[in-house]
Amino acid sequence: MLVIVVLLTSLALIPLISILSYIIYKGAPAINLDFFTKLPAAVGETGGGIGNSIVGTFVLILIASCVGLPVGIMAAIYLNEYMPKGMYSSTIRFVIDVLLGIPSVVIGIFAYLAFVKPIGHFSAWSGGLALAIIMIPIVTRSTEEILRLTPNSMREGSYALGISKWRTILHIVLPYSIKGIVTGIMLGIARVAGETAPLLLTAFGNHFWNTSISEPIASLPAQIFEYAKSPFDDWIQKAWGAAFVLIMLVLLINIAARSLTRSRLKNVD
Amino acid sequence: MAQRMRTENLKAWYGMNQILKGITMDIEKNAITAIIGPSGCGKSTFIRCLNRMHEVNEGTRVEGKVWFEDQDIYAQSIDPVELRSRIGMVFQKPNPFPTMSIFENVAAGLRLHGIRRTSELNDAVEESLQMAGLWNEVKDRLQHPGVSLSGGQQQRLCIARALAVKPEILLMDEPASALDPVSTGHIEDLAIKLKHQVTIVIVTHNLHQAARISDRTAFFLSGDLIEYDNTKDMFISPSDKRTNDYISGRFG
Ligand SMILES: Nc1ncnc2c1ncn2[C@@H]1O[C@H](COP(=O)(O)OP(=O)(O)O)[C@@H](O)[C@H]1O
Ligand SMILES: [Mg+2]
Repeated sequence: MLVIVVLLTSLALIPLISILSYIIYKGAPAINLDFFTKLPAAVGETGGGIGNSIVGTFVLILIASCVGLPVGIMAAIYLNEYMPKGMYSSTIRFVIDVLLGIPSVVIGIFAYLAFVKPIGHFSAWSGGLALAIIMIPIVTRSTEEILRLTPNSMREGSYALGISKWRTILHIVLPYSIKGIVTGIMLGIARVAGETAPLLLTAFGNHFWNTSISEPIASLPAQIFEYAKSPFDDWIQKAWGAAFVLIMLVLLINIAARSLTRSRLKNVD
Repeated sequence: MAQRMRTENLKAWYGMNQILKGITMDIEKNAITAIIGPSGCGKSTFIRCLNRMHEVNEGTRVEGKVWFEDQDIYAQSIDPVELRSRIGMVFQKPNPFPTMSIFENVAAGLRLHGIRRTSELNDAVEESLQMAGLWNEVKDRLQHPGVSLSGGQQQRLCIARALAVKPEILLMDEPASALDPVSTGHIEDLAIKLKHQVTIVIVTHNLHQAARISDRTAFFLSGDLIEYDNTKDMFISPSDKRTNDYISGRFG
């Protein structure tokens, strides 16, 4: 039995480890200071970097977070604290579950039709909104889960002091669950950081520094997509480099989320 | 004796289950009123109706009147949140706020009612901890987490927390049932001492405790008030056979 378990576990780890090591092997040589700070070189030229894509990914995550986090967290608070049972909230929960399962390209098409087509051009904010739509159900679900784990006796103790429900949530419930909520937020961010399809349909991409959120904006996934399918060796190597940066970014976010969860569990003991 | 609260034909439900079947009783000022009865008879539900905590649970319903001084607390004009700062509650299981220090726990009610001045908070925290008989044990570690205290200390911390907002009535739901005998003794002494400042209603499954500390005792059975009398009279010569059976240990 144990042999089978070990065997299957290593089988499961093989793709992960080979992807990671291959990306490091192919991507690391592309990494230098220019890579982080310069714009992409013109077609056919070597050199340059993906500075604008790195900044773009952060801008997109920022827009997505500004919209997605408040909505997701408020929805979770509403579902768990104000309306835990009943038709209305089970409908919302169902919609959230459906939203979780929708392929991101479909969300991209929706964002294209809703935010890009009417305006007439691609833009950073439409990309951020598309990512927010992907983020909301993840954040709502994880936050609701965490809120459900908070002991009710805590809330009752607060009510019994004549503290209102809203203040109880703000000052008693949220501080207790903040680490768990942040973990969910980070997982949501890590998830959207690598989304490609919705961005190709909304933020599109940009070879220059973007100065306005109503202009198209570069992003790591879109840049990887563009470079990887190009015929130039230098660009293909840059695609590996960008993949390496993206994977490190997601890995860091995941590790941060992990360590927060761990210290949270320690606190509870 | 002046009456502080009065319930009139108080009925309460959890969903379709009627828990209280029409309780009419007076609660006297500056006295300890004990509620006894077998478990499940509605003691907790009853005192949760007295500060409108019953309605915090979903699917609950209350009928009848509860007078506090000359106000029906179930009247439209009454804000349950404001009411609860006048009628405090201590629960069966000590529930200090887990993210807060000892000091913050006691100050929580005041802070969230808008008191910010440090000197005022310091004074109120010390006074409340003194009243709860906990000051000497914790005065050197006010910044430690509230949950780092022992069970009995945690319960006295919860009493201090409730006292800090200066309630006129303190409802206690089996406050010592999870504690060791020494801690139980602390809580009992505390109740006797406090009754000069606050009116106390205490639920207990411990008949000796009711006999030791209370002035009046109400015996509940399946959602009815069977007997309500001076504690001495009730324990010496109960007038109802069911009360007699219960206090002589024949059921429950
Ligand atoms: N949250 C709840 N939901 C549904 N029923 C409850 C709830 N709490 C208590 N009850 C029911 O109400 C009845 C009275 O409970 P309670 O007032 O807690 O009794 P006591 O405090 O005298 O032991 C019990 O039958 C119990 O099953
Ligand atoms: Mg009870």
